[in-house]
Amino acid sequence: MAMTGTDRLDAAAVKRDFPLLLKAELHGRPIVYLDSAATSQKPRAVLDAMDRYYESVNANVHRGVYQIAEEATNQMERAREAVRAFIGAETAREVVFTKNATESLNLVAQSWGRANLSPGDAVVLTHMEHHANIVPWQMLAAERDLELRWIPLDAEGRLDLTDLDRLLDGARVLAVTAMSNVLGTITPVQQLTAAAHDAGALAVVDACQYVPHVPTDVGSMGADLIAFSGHKMCGPTGVGVLWGREELLEAMPPFLGGGEMIRDVRLDGFTPNELPWKFEAGTPPIAEIIGLGAAVAYLQGIGMVAVRRHEIELTGYALRTLTERFGDDITIHGPPDPHERGGVLSFSFRDLHPHDISQVLDQHAVCVRAGHHCAKPLMRVLGVGATARASLYLYNDEADVDALADALASAADFFLA
Amino acid sequence: MPGLEDLYREIILDHYRNPRNRGELPVPPAHRVEGYNPLCGDEIVVYLDVRDGVVEDIRISGQGCSISQSAASMMSSAVKGRSVDQVRELSRAFKAMMSIHESSLEGDAEPAAEFDEAALGDLAALRGVVKFPVRIKCATLAWNTLAQGLDELDA
Repeated sequence: MAMTGTDRLDAAAVKRDFPLLLKAELHGRPIVYLDSAATSQKPRAVLDAMDRYYESVNANVHRGVYQIAEEATNQMERAREAVRAFIGAETAREVVFTKNATESLNLVAQSWGRANLSPGDAVVLTHMEHHANIVPWQMLAAERDLELRWIPLDAEGRLDLTDLDRLLDGARVLAVTAMSNVLGTITPVQQLTAAAHDAGALAVVDACQYVPHVPTDVGSMGADLIAFSGHKMCGPTGVGVLWGREELLEAMPPFLGGGEMIRDVRLDGFTPNELPWKFEAGTPPIAEIIGLGAAVAYLQGIGMVAVRRHEIELTGYALRTLTERFGDDITIHGPPDPHERGGVLSFSFRDLHPHDISQVLDQHAVCVRAGHHCAKPLMRVLGVGATARASLYLYNDEADVDALADALASAADFFLA
Repeated sequence: MPGLEDLYREIILDHYRNPRNRGELPVPPAHRVEGYNPLCGDEIVVYLDVRDGVVEDIRISGQGCSISQSAASMMSSAVKGRSVDQVRELSRAFKAMMSIHESSLEGDAEPAAEFDEAALGDLAALRGVVKFPVRIKCATLAWNTLAQGLDELDA
């Protein structure tokens, strides 16, 4: 495994830990994977952990007294402890496993929201939210007659906080991303959560793009509830996390009902289980949780400080390379300073449609996302129907950025020659 | 392995760069119908002026990729001046051409339906799209929108 033990990261060594990046070919070329904001690749350690689970201890958790059932339970709860340590939570009781960040945010809206919000209450969101942090609130707003307020953006894709106090005045919830999945913008989460609390509002953070890339300490973020997904941080699909302050989670009613989430069920009602299982109805994604535990261990072996530093350097290289090669032909959305953003590069290229760009890029084995990135309100703010998006992670290097630039030049030749 | 030239035939790029019947028509008398591709955010607006069972005029606006835009442009040229019955027949032929890939994916060597390539004219250039399954929805967006508009006029 590529463990550097310093704050430097060797991307070439890291890449060797990822079987798909070594093996997969597109059109006879090695794959250049630049879509980690959609989902990351998985290191061998994660695949092995899941295989080992199925091959040796597969059994349902929190039920059987036989040995492998106990071992499955232990492995799953050790993964919870690993996630707890990774995000600096005080106790594993605060780490709730869900299907993904989307389910985590729906849990917040449906559990906390339905228990606490009444007609006329205001929820503050931002123009850069992913649909996962918009639609659950819109659904609740339709049901409870809530007011939705929106923090706008400045010209470079940062949040425009000029009217923050007015927007938060009387609001019950602020739900905001920590890093935009389109612009890469890292938002001032501490400032936002503090302002929300000053206004008496709950502070909810969508950290889906943040936790995989930036050293995270949930305590210092100041939020009440934080959502993220496993599959964007080297873990498998099918598992996400909701972190919440213990006393807050304690007070929230259950979300989904069923097995595992109860302490007792009678004909006339039920008593919910204690945290965190109160929110984990049904058989959990055991192998995926164990895989996420391995992913967290992998990332800690590399070091999140090194991951962030690598991505700042590589994002800076990408911004420089693309603007030097394509000048005014390319518009890269979001803040220009790599320290203010993650390695998510959404761009417009001349008047070429992102689908056409990504089709040519595919021929060069360069994988980017084209579309609205589940952020249609933001697309409207940017005045575009869609963008092409290249997103970087710990296994990408300058050669990947160069391959992107070469493929873009080829797209320009093909459509605009 | 299909290459880019299978997808982006010269005539497609010509319609993309120089779209025919681009614009709007006054509503009424024209009928306005919108179509979306939720996967990629492509949007199309079709303005239809149908009189006595004939598509007297058509205009297209909206935004999208070269495939969706050129398919819309070709469609507008192909249906203008034709009877609604002829347009529906053309629409069936185009859909048949676009459905061939789905049947071959299922291991069926035979085309899913017959289509008259000659009747399709320029539109036949889009047949390469079936080798790129994710782009089929781009090519059919304008036609689905047109069909919806004709259905609304019938209703």
